[in-house]
Parts: sequence; C-alpha cells; structure tokens
Amino acid sequence: MKRSIKSLASVIVACALLLGQTTEPVRQPNATTADVEQGERTYGTECSYCHGPQGVGAIGPVLAAPRIRRAQTDQALFQVIREGIPGTQMPASGLPAAQIWQLVAYVRSLGHVQQSNSTGDPNRGEQIYAGKGGCIQCHALSGHGGAIGPDLTDVGSRLDKDNLRTALLMPEASIPRDFMQVRLVTKDGKRLTGVRVNEDSFSIQIRDLSNRFHSFWKSELTELVKEPNRSPMPSYRQTLTPDELDNLIAYLESLKSNL
Amino acid sequence: MKLWLLLAYPALLFGQVPYKRILAADSEPSNWLTFAGGYQAHSYSQLDQINTSNISGLKIGWMYQIKVSHHFETEPLVFDGVMYITEPPSDVTALDIRTGRPIWTYRRSLPKDIIVCCGQVNRGLAALDDQLFVGTVDGHLVALDMQTGRVRWDVRVADYKEAYSITAAPLTVKDKIIVGVAGAEYGVRGFLDAYDAKTGKRAWRFWTVPGPGEAGNETWSGDSWKIGGATTWVTGSYDPQANLVYWGTGNPSPDYVGDDRLGDNLYSDAIVALDADTGTLKWHFQFTPHDVLDMDANQVPVLLDAEFRGRPRKLVLFANRNGFYYMLDRLTGEFLVGKQFARQTWAKGLDDKGRPTWNPEAVPTTAGALVYPDDDGTANWFSPSLNLKTGLFYQNVREKGAIQRLTREKPTYTPGRLFMGGHRLPIPGEEPWGALRALDWKTGETRWEFRVHTPPWCGVLSTAGNLVFSGTMEGDFFALDAVSGQLLWRIQTGGAIWANPISYMSEGKQYIVVSAGSSLIAFSLGQ
Repeated sequence: MKRSIKSLASVIVACALLLGQTTEPVRQPNATTADVEQGERTYGTECSYCHGPQGVGAIGPVLAAPRIRRAQTDQALFQVIREGIPGTQMPASGLPAAQIWQLVAYVRSLGHVQQSNSTGDPNRGEQIYAGKGGCIQCHALSGHGGAIGPDLTDVGSRLDKDNLRTALLMPEASIPRDFMQVRLVTKDGKRLTGVRVNEDSFSIQIRDLSNRFHSFWKSELTELVKEPNRSPMPSYRQTLTPDELDNLIAYLESLKSNL
Repeated sequence: MKLWLLLAYPALLFGQVPYKRILAADSEPSNWLTFAGGYQAHSYSQLDQINTSNISGLKIGWMYQIKVSHHFETEPLVFDGVMYITEPPSDVTALDIRTGRPIWTYRRSLPKDIIVCCGQVNRGLAALDDQLFVGTVDGHLVALDMQTGRVRWDVRVADYKEAYSITAAPLTVKDKIIVGVAGAEYGVRGFLDAYDAKTGKRAWRFWTVPGPGEAGNETWSGDSWKIGGATTWVTGSYDPQANLVYWGTGNPSPDYVGDDRLGDNLYSDAIVALDADTGTLKWHFQFTPHDVLDMDANQVPVLLDAEFRGRPRKLVLFANRNGFYYMLDRLTGEFLVGKQFARQTWAKGLDDKGRPTWNPEAVPTTAGALVYPDDDGTANWFSPSLNLKTGLFYQNVREKGAIQRLTREKPTYTPGRLFMGGHRLPIPGEEPWGALRALDWKTGETRWEFRVHTPPWCGVLSTAGNLVFSGTMEGDFFALDAVSGQLLWRIQTGGAIWANPISYMSEGKQYIVVSAGSSLIAFSLGQ
C-alpha cells in the first residue's frame, strides 16, 4: 500500500504529453452540476468502498479535503484515477476520460470550503491566537507550537467559518482523528492525562498537556482510560468576547498555506 | 553460498519433492513442504527446540527485505536447505535458510491495468518434484524450475481483464496443481481448477456457481448465476484416503445486494468437497446462505481424525468469517458442531443442520445497518492452528463492527468493474480490537484469549515446544504458552504483520519465520 512518487510523476508527465497538456495545475474548466451528479453516481459504485461515502475515507485516504496529497491539481487527480498508483491498492480505473472528469468534478466538490463573508479582523485575530487564546500552546502553525491538537497551518482550507466556530465553542462536538484523550495511573501512583500518540498491544505513548512525551508499557499501569468523547481543548465561549471570537475565526480562515 | 559447497552437497540443495514426500510431511518436521505445513492444514510444528523454558532467548537470526511496498503476505516453503517465498505482487525468491541470502528471483512482468479488490498480494506457493508453482495477480499459474527460477510453463487460468486474479498458494495433489481464483467483488463466476503439473494442461474445473441443468443452479434467480462470485481465493486441504479436496468459497456477487440473485446462491460461502481426480462435487455445506454481508468462507479447512461422540470420525474444522466455528463430518458434510466464537449480530442462531437464521436488522439498507462483524469478518484468510497436544484450535479473531450501507444506485454488472452495491462506515466511537482465542476443538468453546490492540491479519503457528506464535498490525510478534495463553516473549518488528508464521530447522537450529512490514524475519535461539 505504499507508493512510488517517482513512477507516479513519470506517469503523470507521460500522460500529460499524450494528452498534449502541460503538468501545470489544471482544473477541469467545464464541469457542470450534471457532471458532478454523474460523478457522484460513478463514485458510489467505483470509489466509495475504499474511500467511503462522500470521500470520508475508509481503506483509502480521505478525499473530502481541499488538497489531496497525491493529486493536488485536477489533472493529477485525473491521472491518478486513470492510471492508479503503482505499489498501492489504488488501481487504474479503466474508465473513459469523460467519466473520469466527472469523478474529478465530484471529488473536488467534496473538499470545497465555502468562502464566507467574515466580519472579523484577521490581524486582531492573530494577536488573540498568540496571546489571550493561548492556541499556540497546543497547535502548530508553520512548524511552531504544540502538538496536542491538529496542525493549523492550513486550517482555513479545511474548515469553514461555521466549523471553526463550532470547534472553538464546542470542541468535544467533533474531536479530530488521532487525538484521543487518555488518562492513566502508573503502578507507583503517578497520574497523567494527555493525548494518545501511539498504542500497540503492549505499550502506549502519550503527549501530556504540557507537550511532554511519555512512553509506558501497559504492564506498568494500573489504570488506562480512553476518553474518545473528551477534548483537552477548552471552550472559548466564556473566554473570548463575540468580537474576539469573530477576529480569531477570521484569522484561522486566512490560514491556507500551500506548504 | 560457495560453488564448492553447492557441488559437495547437491542432495541438500534444490532437492526433489515427490508427492509421497508431501504426503508424509509429518515425518520431516524440519521442513515446511506445503501450505499450512501438511495436507491437514494444522499449521503446527513438531519442533520443540524453542520451547517455554528458553523462549526468552529468541533472537533475530536473519532478515530478508523485499523492495516493493505491497503487503508481504507470504507463507514460505522450506526444504533441502532452501526457503521459497513469494514476494508481492507475483514474484518468487529462493533463499539460503542459514543466512537469508537470496539464490534466485523470478520477477513477473505484469500489465499495469491489473484489477484486484484488496491489494496485489501473494500468500504462497506449491512444490512438486523439481518444480514450484505460483499463481499471479494477472490470473496465471506459473511453473518454475526449482533450481533456477526459470519458467517451465505459464498458463492463463482466467482473464484478468474480467478481474480474475490469483493470490492464494496453489495446492499440490498427486500429479496435479489445484488453484483458486479471486474476483467476486467484480462479479466473476468462481471456480476451482486443477492442472497437470508436468504440462500445465487443465485437468478439471469445478464451477462454484453451477450452470443451467446442474444441481444448485436453481438457487440463483434469473441469469444471476453468470456473475455469481463464490471465488476460491484461500488454499484448501486434502484427505488422501478419501481422495477429497476441501475448499472454501467466497461471497456471492454483488456483495451487499441480493435482490437480483434470490435463493441460497450455492455454492457461495460454503465448503465444497471435490474428488481430487475429477473435480466432481462429493458434498457441500453452506455456512451463510444468501449472503448480503460479504461473509466469504475463504478460510482454511482443518482436517482431523479423532473420536467424537463415542466413535472415530473424519472431521473438518472451520472457523468462519461469519463468527461461527463449525465441525463437519468430512466424508459426508454432516453438521456436527456450530458455536459462536466472536461477536456477531447477523444471525439469530444456527438450527440443528447448521443453517443460520438471518437477523433482518443486519441486512444492509441505504440508511445503513449496524452489524457485527464488519465485512472483513471475524476470521479471514489467515490460518488457524490446531494443536492436538493441548486440544486447542488457535484462531485470531477480529472484533469489529460496521454500519453496512447500500449505495443509492443499484449495482450493474460490467466486466472488470466493481460490482458490490455498498460500503461500510465505522461505528462511531468504536475502537475495534482483536484476540488470539484458544477454542476447544471439540466444542468451539473459548478456553482463553490473548487480547491485542486492533483486529489482526496474522495467522497462528503452534509448536511442540508448547508455544503459540502470532502477530499484530502494530508490528508486535509474540509467543504465548500454548496451554495457558500467558505471554512469554514479544518483539516489536516495526511493520504490520500480514502473514502466517512457519517453523523449520537448519543445522540443528530451529527457526520461527514470519514476514513483517517489508521484512521476512527468521528467529532462532541466541548463541
């Protein structure tokens, strides 16, 4: 299930040449609503088993995202669907080109984040992010900050204004994957709460709320409680004023790194 | 290996594996001559050098790395100083069993439009006389010269463009090579084939979906039999006295929608007993009639001669993907035992003939049906192990449910296109887990379990050293006390383990072998 980037790149170049097109980012220019709808039907029969309904991810990666790592342009997505990804479970589709373009249109629609008419001031929001909000303690931005919560470098590409507001006011409403809170007690009585970094049958690794990394053999623990519905992130309902919240959301919306 | 050594010990390298030798595999426990270690498919080693008293000294003896990143699911063969493995997608390598150094490799050129549902993998090979046999993901069966890896013959079993593929180890029976196919997610019509080992000429074919005029065809409405699935993608077992081959069959197609294939859909999700010479059906037993949850019965049938209910019986044991452990009379197919061994909600129970009563709430809908197990099942292709010293049948178990949902569009069949009609969603908040369970082979009752973090995809090996070996998706490979289930040894290999472990002995040293990540690892006791 792993991949050869080099061979994928070769395939893309070769196919682009065949099509008489460049490898520059290209979007399907003529996708209509009908194309998206037909793409959705094709997706249901051809793609959903591995990528989940509406691209939520299953055996294959999440497609409901503004950027797909292996297919950052529509042209690249077309090639991936047509040629598959060598060395992975992603097969060549064998579909006609027109049908692939419909699929591309549908998949891109899944990851589209609505632009909002934000009323906040992103510059002030940036100050809240670094100061009063304390976000940097737990979240990384362009390589700086903590790792208790998700990296926010491109959060504006992933979440719209409403999602961001929900995440700030009700963090436990949708806890991101791979950030499960755990509580544990060691045999010598030490108590620790943190976010699970990794786990296997015999050990668990966690990051505590101070961003310190800890590793335990399970045999060293007297208690290990997983709290999948709890978040270490506080609600900002009482902490920030409505204006401050708008400003912070405006700042987060502006984070659309292409790194 | 130096040339002089090759010349000095010709008998030790590249030996011959006549059928009689495979028949008597029990008499040479230092080797691993056929899939699951012998025709009865016990995945049990009589070697006991590594045992409960010294297991703490088990170390890595050697490693071999593959250079592709598909799942490495091989079950090696070992004999005469050489190990033969398959590498994904469809390659074969011979290794020196003392050092792990490669001797030759057969690399298959594959078309780039291969169609497989679940990875370009391979789970092993077969040997006969001076040849090896491997199935390929482009639907071929290939015979190789054991000494050089050169192709002796290469026959097309089925058309890969229709999505037929081969991932299972073939099985040698007398002068024939028996091989099954995959592709039920694409609406192929399943079959099991036998080929003449010398020529590659097909000796017989058993269609697992009967055609018009054949018994069982009436269990398919309309023309649905033509695209009925029931593929044969896990290696079976063989009873030389009865001359019967036992093989599991997979799901009917399409996987999740049964409206256009009304009836029981024989011989999907079943075990079939076939005459080894002709492929004629002797009996069948269907575990999951009219399946709409992808309950492939592609597991390993384990054979056993034992006293049961006061008289000697020839038995077949089968821990099924659907969550039930079965014992059948292997001469007649009579149902003897059916016992749930993992969480399941699809069936309300089994009647006295072993036929399940479907839970209607488990039938997928467009809104979704919450069901246990999910469509990967409680068991799958990975081998169980039967240990007659402990009386236990060791089975890795997947405890994972799903919301099985139909797609809005009814599936339509097009050759080479997915033909399933649904997909699964995770159950919110569920953390799937797994366990190695020790079942009393007579009853299917769980005696103990060793819990693992996530549902496993690793087979089980038990040994005369009173040990049980298996592994996890997080890369842990471990040994348990075969009687108590107590953990005795473990190592973190760094790669997910998708394979059946085996054991062999070389120069007086016992090895335990398993693939993990992209590594094949041979463990032995330290100096």
